[in-house]
Amino acid sequence: MSALAYDGAAMLGRQLRRARNNPGLLILTQTMPISMLLFFGYVFGSALAVPGEEYRRFLVPGLLVATAAGGIMTGMFQAAQDTHRGVMDRFRTLPMSRAAVPLGQVVADLVLTAAGTVPFLLVGLAVGWRIEGGALAAAGAFALLLLFRFTAVWIGVFLGLLTRSEEAAGQLGGATFLLPLLSSAYIPTEGLPGWLRTAAEWNPISAVTTALRDLFGNAPVPDGAAWPVAHPVAGSLAWCAVLLAVFVPLAVRTYAAGPK
Amino acid sequence: MTSTYAVLSEGLEKRFGEVRAVRGLDLAVARGSVVGMLGPNGAGKTTAVRLLATLLRPDAGSARIAGHDLVREPHAVRRAIGVTGQYASVDGDLTGRQNLRLFARLHRVRDTAARAGELLDRFGLAEAADRPVSTYSGGMRRRLDLAASLIRHPAVLFLDEPTTGLDPVSRNQIWDAVGALKAEGTTVLLTTQYLEEADRLADQVVLMDRGRIAHSGSPPQLKALIGSYAEVVVAHADVMVAAAGVLDQLTGAEPSFDHDRHAVGAVCLDPTLTLPRLVRELDAAGVPLLDASLRPPTLDDVFLRLTETPATDHSDHSDVKERAA
Ligand SMILES: Nc1ncnc2c1ncn2[C@@H]1O[C@H](COP(=O)(O)OP(=O)(O)OP(=O)(O)O)[C@@H](O)[C@H]1O
Ligand SMILES: [Mg+2]
Repeated sequence: MSALAYDGAAMLGRQLRRARNNPGLLILTQTMPISMLLFFGYVFGSALAVPGEEYRRFLVPGLLVATAAGGIMTGMFQAAQDTHRGVMDRFRTLPMSRAAVPLGQVVADLVLTAAGTVPFLLVGLAVGWRIEGGALAAAGAFALLLLFRFTAVWIGVFLGLLTRSEEAAGQLGGATFLLPLLSSAYIPTEGLPGWLRTAAEWNPISAVTTALRDLFGNAPVPDGAAWPVAHPVAGSLAWCAVLLAVFVPLAVRTYAAGPK
Repeated sequence: MTSTYAVLSEGLEKRFGEVRAVRGLDLAVARGSVVGMLGPNGAGKTTAVRLLATLLRPDAGSARIAGHDLVREPHAVRRAIGVTGQYASVDGDLTGRQNLRLFARLHRVRDTAARAGELLDRFGLAEAADRPVSTYSGGMRRRLDLAASLIRHPAVLFLDEPTTGLDPVSRNQIWDAVGALKAEGTTVLLTTQYLEEADRLADQVVLMDRGRIAHSGSPPQLKALIGSYAEVVVAHADVMVAAAGVLDQLTGAEPSFDHDRHAVGAVCLDPTLTLPRLVRELDAAGVPLLDASLRPPTLDDVFLRLTETPATDHSDHSDVKERAA
């Protein structure tokens, strides 16, 4: 276990150094949700029946969660790239903990994501978003957001180790962009027809988004929603627990086994 | 650890679907020696190295590396080895120094800065040390890769085609490094496409062909296997065929023609053939001879000869697909 912590810390250092050597990509990924907030917030915000500012308050938690879900793509891309470039091979020949490589990647991602959220929140504040609930609840919301990101990156790492293809990661990137569209991230699910509403509410993004809106005090939990959305905090925790229980062992095993 | 062999494998097997990349590899590498593994593309060299370096799990067979069981004690094996793969395995987004410090840290080296500095100096990378590796030339990357494999003074070093694609200067640097490692007592197993390299560095050469060892021995032993190389130059083109007939009889090998020079040559399997006898027989056959020579074979001759008509079984090779070029 201490070997895992030691090697994991070394791998965390590696990822942070890479980000520092190469900040362009990081800045690019952070400007994406900001432009979406401005675009959706003002274009959709003016077209919808609800007042624009109210929609933007609704949108900020949705974009936070949608961006966190993008961790699937980030995790996949990086794991595929490492494997492709052969540096994974070197780690595999070192006498180090098997879980340290994926763990280091995931933890580094959390650190960078947490830092990257700050500018987004500042823009959110500028366009009218506020923490309208208690400070403790807001802290819980951020913790939940990081847990969700953590989960998404593990899924991505597994997929990246499995496919070992940067192109596949790029293509899946498009798909992860679609995921939040069928959820409550950008729109309220109450207006959707029955079966579509059920599908959207069983999307883990909906549970986490609803939990964030509830904890920040931006919007109430919708009535008559499916279980994970009706009990958003418990629903989010359950989703993360299930997904982590499946994908962490899969990712570690795939890393340790190497190419067939 | 007390074994006289740094690498000892028995019946190692690896399949990729239908392809039997390595078929029953029995390898015995004496401690402190340098073994050169030669073979055409797709012979299974990389697969063999990856098996021995714990990167692939064998389908069958066993091996001990520096006294540790390959399958049961991979962690102990990893502590004893250094590996430089066929393709660079350093992080292009980090600088050379950051790479070496990271690997040193993962090796539990105390003073990572000092170790990284030493290796950067030794491989002539001090100046480029703080540039991202993505800006390195192929030769620099190769040297960094080798440096990364040496961080904890490995007992056994695996090098997969360490000099492929390098210019003569870089190649010499790698050769010198291997020589120095051997002098320090490191066991080295290297694969190569260059026979000159094996001839120069290796105490023992292993010729691989289609997943198995076709022949092995010291470079002189391998050369002795095929005796010598006979070549005659005749007066005009019409008599080349007659000369070839004589050579065929004397050497037992298929002659090859160089039409521009009116020369006919053949690898000679018979070590007792002498130059006077060669000349006498050709003269008796009425061949107007201008020049005749019998020179020691190069490893190239051995390589071509032994991999085109393997002395071992040929029948069961048909199931092996050639690697796409
Ligand atoms: N991951 C893989 N999946 C499928 N087939 C593979 C894989 N790796 C190697 N092979 C096959 O196994 C055989 C041996 O390949 P290997 O790379 O070991 O040869 P090599 O001697 O190193 O060749 P080269 O000189 O080109 O590097 C080839 O037929 C190759 O196509
Ligand atoms: Mg190879």
